[in-house]
Amino acid sequence: MKIMTCPINGPRVISEFAYGGEIRPMPDPAMATDDQWADYVFNRTGAPGVKKEWWCHTPSNTWFVAERDTERDIIQRTYLYAGDV
Amino acid sequence: MPWRLLRFALSQKHPEPRMFATHDSLKSSYDVVIIGAGGHGLAAAYYLARDHGITNVCVLEKGYIGGGNTGRNTTIIRSNYLTPEGVKFYDESVRLWQDLAQDFDLNLFYSNRGHFTLAHTDAAMRTSRWRAEVNKHYGVESEVVDAAFVKQAVPMIDISCGGHAPILGGLYHAPGAVARHDAVAWGYGRGADMRGVEIHQRTEVLGIDVAGGKLTGVQTSRGRIATNKVLCAVAGSTPRILKMIDVRTPIYIHPLQAMVSEPVKPWLDPILVSGSLHIYISQSARGELVMGASLDPYEVHSTRSTLDFVEGLAAHMLDMFPFLSNVKVMRQWAGMADMTPDFAPIMGKTPVEGFYLDAGWGTWGFKATPVCGKTMSWTVANDRDHELITGFTLDRFRDFALTGEKGAASVGH
Repeated sequence: MKIMTCPINGPRVISEFAYGGEIRPMPDPAMATDDQWADYVFNRTGAPGVKKEWWCHTPSNTWFVAERDTERDIIQRTYLYAGDV
Repeated sequence: MPWRLLRFALSQKHPEPRMFATHDSLKSSYDVVIIGAGGHGLAAAYYLARDHGITNVCVLEKGYIGGGNTGRNTTIIRSNYLTPEGVKFYDESVRLWQDLAQDFDLNLFYSNRGHFTLAHTDAAMRTSRWRAEVNKHYGVESEVVDAAFVKQAVPMIDISCGGHAPILGGLYHAPGAVARHDAVAWGYGRGADMRGVEIHQRTEVLGIDVAGGKLTGVQTSRGRIATNKVLCAVAGSTPRILKMIDVRTPIYIHPLQAMVSEPVKPWLDPILVSGSLHIYISQSARGELVMGASLDPYEVHSTRSTLDFVEGLAAHMLDMFPFLSNVKVMRQWAGMADMTPDFAPIMGKTPVEGFYLDAGWGTWGFKATPVCGKTMSWTVANDRDHELITGFTLDRFRDFALTGEKGAASVGH
C-alpha cells in the first residue's frame, strides 16, 4: 500500500488523496493570445520526470504541493502551497 | 502446411525464420521510419507496403514486437461509439477485422461474442439510448435492451448486484468481439516483412533530427538513419518522443491495469462492461476471465501494477458474480495509456513536416488497429490527412474544436 505524507495530517494511505494535476502557471487572460491560451488550457508536460503537482487530502480537504517522480512513482516531497511554486 | 512438412521434415535445419527475418544492421536511409512495432505501427507498415507500394520502410522497436499496449489490452473489439467521427472510424475497423485472418493466413481467434454496456442508473440508460441512435444512424448494430434480456444472455449474473446497483438494462452491440492480440501484431509484422519491410527490435530512438521545420533523420541506439518521413506509434511513450521535436500536446499518461483469473469452464459468452461498477469482463478461449477497470487515478510513466487495483476490481466483480468468490487471480499487469482531454485520439500531420502522429489511443487503441494502419499509411503516403481522421487532428485543441468521446469510453475514467 502506498503512503503519502499530508503536510497537516502526516503519512496516510494514497487512497485518501486526490490528484489535482501538474501545477501550471496561468497566463494573463487579458494579454494572452488565443494560441497561448489554448496551450494553457489543453497542453501538458506529458514526458516523465520530477513534477510539482496539486494533491488533496480528501478527508480534511487539505490542498498541498507534491514533488513526484512520475517514472518511478516516488513521492519526493510534500508541502503546503506558499504562493511561490 | 503439409507441403512444408514434406520439404523440411528430413532437412538438418529449418531454412525459414518462424515469423520474421532478423536484420543484422540498419540501412543508412529509408523512405519511411515507423517508431513502435506494436499493432498500429506494424499495421501501418503492412498497408504502406501492400496498398501504397512503399517497401523501403523500417519499423523500430525499443523492446519486442507487440510488447507494449498491443499485448496488454483486454482484446475487445467494438464500434458502438458516441460521436459520428468515432462511429464511422470504428465501424470501418470492425469490418477490416472480420477479413484479417484470411488476409494474413493466420488464426487470430477472432470471436464474435456480443457486447453489453450495462446501465445501473437512469442517466446511463439515457446515454445508452443516445449511443444506440447515433450507431443506428450510421448502420451499426446497437440496441437498448432491458434487464431481462441481459439475464437471459448471462444467466449467472446477479442482476441486482447485491442490491445496491441493480442493472436496469443496457446497450447491446452484437458485433462486439475479442481477438488474440499478439497474433494481430505478428500477422501484420509477418505480412510487412514478406513485402520487404525491415523490423528492428531492441532498437531505441534516442533523437529526431529536424532542420528548418522538416524531418531529416532519426538517431537510434544502433546508429543514425536518414529519412524524410517518420510515423510515431508508441502509445505511452509518445510524450518522450514528442519532447525530442518540441511539439506540445495534451497527452498525459496514466497506467491502465488488467488481470486474469485461473481458467474455468465456459460460462460467459458475451463481453460485459459496467460503467458504474468500473469493470469490463470477457472469458478467453482458454477459459480465463479477462478483467479490466478504470485508469489509475494519477500520472505514472511505468507499467507497475498495484494491490489496490486487484482489491477494487475483485470487489466489483463479486457484486455482479458472487459465485466467483473462490476463483483465483492468476496474473495482473499494466499498460501506459496515452490519454487526451476529449477521449479521442490524435492522428495525422504535425507542425514538423514529415512527422506523423498516431497517438492518444488511451484505453481504446487495440480495436482500432486495422483502421489506424490503413488511414495512417494513406496519410504518410499522400502527405495529407485521410478523410476518416480529420476529426482527430492535433489542431483541434488549438482551435477549441474537440471531439467529445468520453461518454463512449468503456468505463468511467
